[in-house]
Amino acid sequence: MTHATATANMMHPPAPAEPGSGVYSNKLGMWVFLASDVMFFTALIGSYIILRFGLSEAWAAPGAVLNVPLTGINTFLLICSSVSMVKAYAAIADGKKYFLRAVPGKMLQDGGLKFWLLVTIICGAMFVGVQIFEYFKLVQHGLTPAGFREGSHYAELALADPVKYGAATAGIFGSTFFTMTGFHGFHVTCGVVSMLYLYFTKVLPEKYSPADFRGIETIGLYWHFVDLVWIILFTIVYLI
Amino acid sequence: MHWWLPPAASTFAGPIDGLFLAIFIITGIALVIVEVGLLWFSVKYRARPGRKAFYTHGSTRAEVIWTSIPAVTVVALGIVSNHYWVQIKGRDSVPANAYAVAIHAKQFEWRMTYAGPDGQLGTGDDFTVRNQLHVPVDRPILIHLSAEDVIHSFFVPEFRLKQDAVPGMNINVWFQPTKIGEFEIGCAELCGMGHYKMRARVFVHTPEEFNAWMAQQAAGGSE
Amino acid sequence: MTTVAHAPTKAHHEPMSFWRKYIFSTDHKIIGIQFLFVSLSFLLLGGLLAMQIRWQLGFPGKPLPGGGILPESMVSGGVILPEYYIQLVTMHGTFMVFFAIMPLLMGVYANFLIPLKIGTHDMAFPRLNMWSFWLALTAGFIMLAGFFVPEGAARAGWTMYAPLSARPDLSGASYGQMLWCVSIVVLGLSSVLGSVNYITTVINHRAPGMTWFRMPLSVWALFITAILAVLALPVLQGAAIMLLFDQTIGTHFFDPIAGGQALLWQHLFWFFGHPEVYILILPAMGMVSDIIANGSRKPIFGYHSMVFAIVGIAFLGWIVWGHHMFMSGMNPTLGSTFMVSTLLISVPSAIKVFNWMGTMWRGNLRFTVPMLNAVGFVSMFTIGGLSGVFMAATPVDMHIHDTYFIVAHLHYVLFGGSLFALFAAIPYWYPKMFGRMMSETIGKWHFWLTFVTYNLVFFPMHILGMGGQMRRLYDPTQYDFLKPQQPINEFITIAAFSLFAVQLLFLFNFLWSLKRGKKAELNPWQDNGLEWSLPSPAPHGNWERAPNVYRGPYEFSAPEAGSADFLPQHVKLPTDRDPAAATAPASAH
Repeated sequence: MTHATATANMMHPPAPAEPGSGVYSNKLGMWVFLASDVMFFTALIGSYIILRFGLSEAWAAPGAVLNVPLTGINTFLLICSSVSMVKAYAAIADGKKYFLRAVPGKMLQDGGLKFWLLVTIICGAMFVGVQIFEYFKLVQHGLTPAGFREGSHYAELALADPVKYGAATAGIFGSTFFTMTGFHGFHVTCGVVSMLYLYFTKVLPEKYSPADFRGIETIGLYWHFVDLVWIILFTIVYLI
Repeated sequence: MHWWLPPAASTFAGPIDGLFLAIFIITGIALVIVEVGLLWFSVKYRARPGRKAFYTHGSTRAEVIWTSIPAVTVVALGIVSNHYWVQIKGRDSVPANAYAVAIHAKQFEWRMTYAGPDGQLGTGDDFTVRNQLHVPVDRPILIHLSAEDVIHSFFVPEFRLKQDAVPGMNINVWFQPTKIGEFEIGCAELCGMGHYKMRARVFVHTPEEFNAWMAQQAAGGSE
Repeated sequence: MTTVAHAPTKAHHEPMSFWRKYIFSTDHKIIGIQFLFVSLSFLLLGGLLAMQIRWQLGFPGKPLPGGGILPESMVSGGVILPEYYIQLVTMHGTFMVFFAIMPLLMGVYANFLIPLKIGTHDMAFPRLNMWSFWLALTAGFIMLAGFFVPEGAARAGWTMYAPLSARPDLSGASYGQMLWCVSIVVLGLSSVLGSVNYITTVINHRAPGMTWFRMPLSVWALFITAILAVLALPVLQGAAIMLLFDQTIGTHFFDPIAGGQALLWQHLFWFFGHPEVYILILPAMGMVSDIIANGSRKPIFGYHSMVFAIVGIAFLGWIVWGHHMFMSGMNPTLGSTFMVSTLLISVPSAIKVFNWMGTMWRGNLRFTVPMLNAVGFVSMFTIGGLSGVFMAATPVDMHIHDTYFIVAHLHYVLFGGSLFALFAAIPYWYPKMFGRMMSETIGKWHFWLTFVTYNLVFFPMHILGMGGQMRRLYDPTQYDFLKPQQPINEFITIAAFSLFAVQLLFLFNFLWSLKRGKKAELNPWQDNGLEWSLPSPAPHGNWERAPNVYRGPYEFSAPEAGSADFLPQHVKLPTDRDPAAATAPASAH
């Protein structure tokens, strides 16, 4: 039985075997899983598009109900976390298992895998935190999955200006907003939890090496996917 | 007890029954070829001592034949079917002089609303009757179908007529009855516990009888 | 154990506890067997639900024998209530599709066969595989719980059309409907994770020489089906979540009053649902191909066409979903386009039927139980497929949509098709699973009695449908136009009870043979697949080193085979060269 061996072949497809995808199985498996996740978000986002553009009444204007500036910053944060994920990948590919190392003649220290992955985790966690804060505020002011709560702040604004606040379409607005961003937030949370798990079980004990850092590459793929979905969501939910 | 389709009572039945028969014949031929073939091969080629199977990986010629014949057949079937489909369900297919009735489906009954003496639906003199559709024979009838609560389906087997009634949608369906008499309406989409008893009736009248019935309703007569 | 030095791991060098070996196993073969026992149980349950449906349809309003054990809310004075009847039809469909046929084909045979037939030790992700099973079992329990919650189980049909399914005030069920949604989401995850495993394993773990076009058709079919599953199930999960939210947190996805759309559910459901039915038939077709080639002692006729037909069916399966919605009120132009794609998809299926016949032609046919059931599959699937042509013709569909004609069609393809294929596959691979043979005698009785009673049950349903009997109807005798057909309903019911009773033969054979079946040799069917080179049952890890593959899977009666009429894929003849991949240095997955 061939087992995991500490050879240079870890990050290549299994052998002896017929040539297959050209990438090792963890990576191939993650790509296949991401294809399924694309279909999941397609169902949610596709439904949003069908419902929103099937309505004849006005949809809430961008920024009227949702906090675009705050979420814009949150988006930037998530993009930064993708950058730090790439840095983490590059670090371990270069064998930099450490946290920070002083570089002679330079002020900024050189970050290793432990540093950059931690940055990614923190940024991811902050993204979720901001989103929870945003949800809290929205519900407090009256946006629920069912629409504007009667007597709430948004309900009153909508009475005064039904077009700007999409009074007649608030039910679908609330339904689609919370479902799409909620499941995206769930995916980010799963990513953060997974990274934390890897951090404590593999990264801190320095089990990854340039010969085998498959877990980092695999979770990295997932993380970039989650980021990409957010960019699409941010555009179609917040900006349009 | 009929072993075939119910007696025809609308103009749609001709094309639909004809298409049904054509498909029956075509699929029947295919079925006979396959089943007889399987049976014949099973008997003729069963294992016997000393026999060996004929070693071949296939025949491109055979593949081409048994791909193209079904392909051509289904394309032809599609063209004919679509021709009638457009006639029956096409949004522009409703004849201009159709007599309009609004039917509203709800758990667990059908409400038919007729234009009153002014001949216009949606005006004050409309009247509603439960579970009875009255129409004149040999005239196109346009149904404005709607649903109150869940999806139902308006089905009259003798007319070969079916259309789902969907809450939130106003759907038009038309037909032309060809036989005087009483026919049953069934609900053909599971709509809850009472789905099985969502039964109604269609009364196809002569023009005189129909006018008499309309007059009686307008005068506030009972059902 | 291998040609490369390795560090010993717990799993292979210490005796495993009963729990690790048989319950929390990561061995694909054990997981396949776990799925087999669980799925057969759900198949039995689905059958029991069907018997109750048939009782009510055959003898409406008559007290159900033994009905006293059921609660008053389901059966009052022994008579099945309408509220219970619609739970029966809903849960029969749900259990059969999601917890019987799909896991029997994928959970059992994708798991059991793929690593064995492509020549590798296990799946790419054995622990993930174990999770797939436990998630599926959990989903099954959640679905079962529906019967035990207040108001009872889901009751909007296995197709769960909204708004009925979203509104407890209109359907009469709340918790049962919610549990249906939750169960489906969990099951979807099980399927997706399983499929990730199957796809990765087939792409990356084929033994040296096992090129794509030397894979058996069973593996091709399971592989393509896994791709369908990985892309289709998430759409159902999304829909089920939206439905669950409509039921619980007040969203309005399918609520027309607040801007939602009832038809949105149908589009989402059938966009999943149509690929799903191909998930339910393609693996069956693949396994039947293996069994017919073996039983005919001939190569499969047109192997490449068979592969392209599988791919063609899978591809076209994505663009036909609207044929379930011809009468839905969607734009009639869409009806035209979906009709075209639907008619076209009959072509690759026809190719397969003719190719199976071509395989039998001039063969040397051995009618073992698997071969009988495989030929029965071809015969019955043909009827099911041909009846589909009637529905594809949209004007005809106007009459037969949502009638018993559809019920006949779907049972011909799912029972006459998929289940007969399983009646072939189960005895065929039983020796490799359990080391024993199922009884041929009982198997033959089971086949013939099933074949006869099955056709007596389902063929007359075409006639009921033509007469206009609607689906999911608690009491057809409410309608004057259906009363004359009631004798047919009675006849079908009696035939159905007989059909169910005959299945007890299969159940007995399956269980009895576990301990008392004839001990199996290495290759009882004289087949060419790689799995037949291993002991019966196959050992943990399968091979010490991946075998080399020298030819395709169907070299029966090849001249090179000499006096034998089969030539296994791994046997090296003097004229054969070792595959290039065989000399690569070993590495892990």
